[in-house]
Amino acid sequence: MQEISVVLPSVLQPLAGGQSVLTAPADGPVTVGKLLDAVTSDFAVLARRLRDETGALRRFVNVYVGGDEVRRLQGLDTEVSPGQEVLVIQSVAGG
Amino acid sequence: MVGMASAESFVLAIGTKKGLWLATSQDRRQWSFTGPHFLMSEIPSIGIDTREGRTRIMVGVRSEHWGPTVAHSDDLGATWSEPEQGAVRFPEDTGAALERIWQIYPDAEARPGVVWAGAEPISVWKSTDGGEHFELNRGLWDHPHRSEWGAGYGGAAAHSIVVHPAGETVHVAMSTGGVYRSLDGGTSWEPRNRGISAYFMPDPNPEFGQCVHKIAADAAVDGRLYAQNHHGVYRTDDNADSWNSIAEGLPADFGFVMLTHPRREGTAWVIPLKADGERIPPDGELAVHRTDDAGSTWQRLSNGLPTGEYNSVLRDAASVDTAEPSGVYFGTRGGSVYASADEGGTFQEVVSHLPDVLCVRAAVIAGA
Repeated sequence: MQEISVVLPSVLQPLAGGQSVLTAPADGPVTVGKLLDAVTSDFAVLARRLRDETGALRRFVNVYVGGDEVRRLQGLDTEVSPGQEVLVIQSVAGG
Repeated sequence: MVGMASAESFVLAIGTKKGLWLATSQDRRQWSFTGPHFLMSEIPSIGIDTREGRTRIMVGVRSEHWGPTVAHSDDLGATWSEPEQGAVRFPEDTGAALERIWQIYPDAEARPGVVWAGAEPISVWKSTDGGEHFELNRGLWDHPHRSEWGAGYGGAAAHSIVVHPAGETVHVAMSTGGVYRSLDGGTSWEPRNRGISAYFMPDPNPEFGQCVHKIAADAAVDGRLYAQNHHGVYRTDDNADSWNSIAEGLPADFGFVMLTHPRREGTAWVIPLKADGERIPPDGELAVHRTDDAGSTWQRLSNGLPTGEYNSVLRDAASVDTAEPSGVYFGTRGGSVYASADEGGTFQEVVSHLPDVLCVRAAVIAGA
């Protein structure tokens, strides 16, 4: 079965056991939401850093699929295909 | 508990916009610092639990990127823990998400596992396992007034929790909404704002909607509490059924801080700011004011404080300890923290140039 990769920023890697890339097996397209569910299933604190308890992506967490931020696509319903790479990047924010 | 000077030490926790600093001292004059802990996360709330001989420091942590959480340390910050699923987590049926923890309040000695939290959105939470997991107070969350509560500039939050030592009476203050009281341990709540002005509303004396900034209880007089309001300083002697102004004698009735003595009747501290529209110390002269007669008179305390200070002091950026005499501590949005080992008689700047100070807590801890 093919995989979909989620690339984490360095600041979050300690919450994923030191991994920079998490993968989930996929035999077809899955939504970003389901993908995040899968790759964070063993990393509950990481999951809370990315999304709040309603499941919404945190305001300054950006997720890119094919070079586009998912908020410009279909949000967490954006579909990702096997073999694709998803990037998690914190937005430019703060002072 | 009243500690003896020779057998006690002190911990001072400073929550800022960009992390937490911890300090320990034997004499409340020389402080040893560690930090920043949680660098680049704000620390808007701190609770230091010294019941049953422990020293547990609980902190509300909030990252602009990664959201809020609650962490605790049992070794003065050497290591930190947070529950996998989060200590404060809105139940799914609420459709709400935690924004920020504004208050962490260890309950009375008689209830050693109980810790309360106040949060944004306006909500009160209770833990019975020492602050590791909190449960939403449904009585307040489901209150019919909730849709009418508003937000101050800093957000809509329950920021003050005062629990009577007997446990059944709980007062909460929120901005904006005002004071709510429960007589059944938090099951049901009623607004208790009679006498507190809400000059910014069409009806300046509403049942609720006031912007009460902080409340604190008189440890020695049942039913007596003090409130620093958004303009107005008040006292109640009837368990918040009615409030009366005690602002006379202060240079300004605006401010955020309200502290009370851990044991002695009638002693409270405020840190006045000039006005809603001018949130600076009056004339740029930073001073603490203390009453020893429940607000009939106030004494200006500024020994050791700088002249020409234009930063404000936020509602939780001040604390007392339980030593004798009581220590008084506060920090400014300019990143200075001042400590007094004599109830405000003389202050000393213990650290400067930190990020904006959001929360200060101090406690007497056992041993060196």
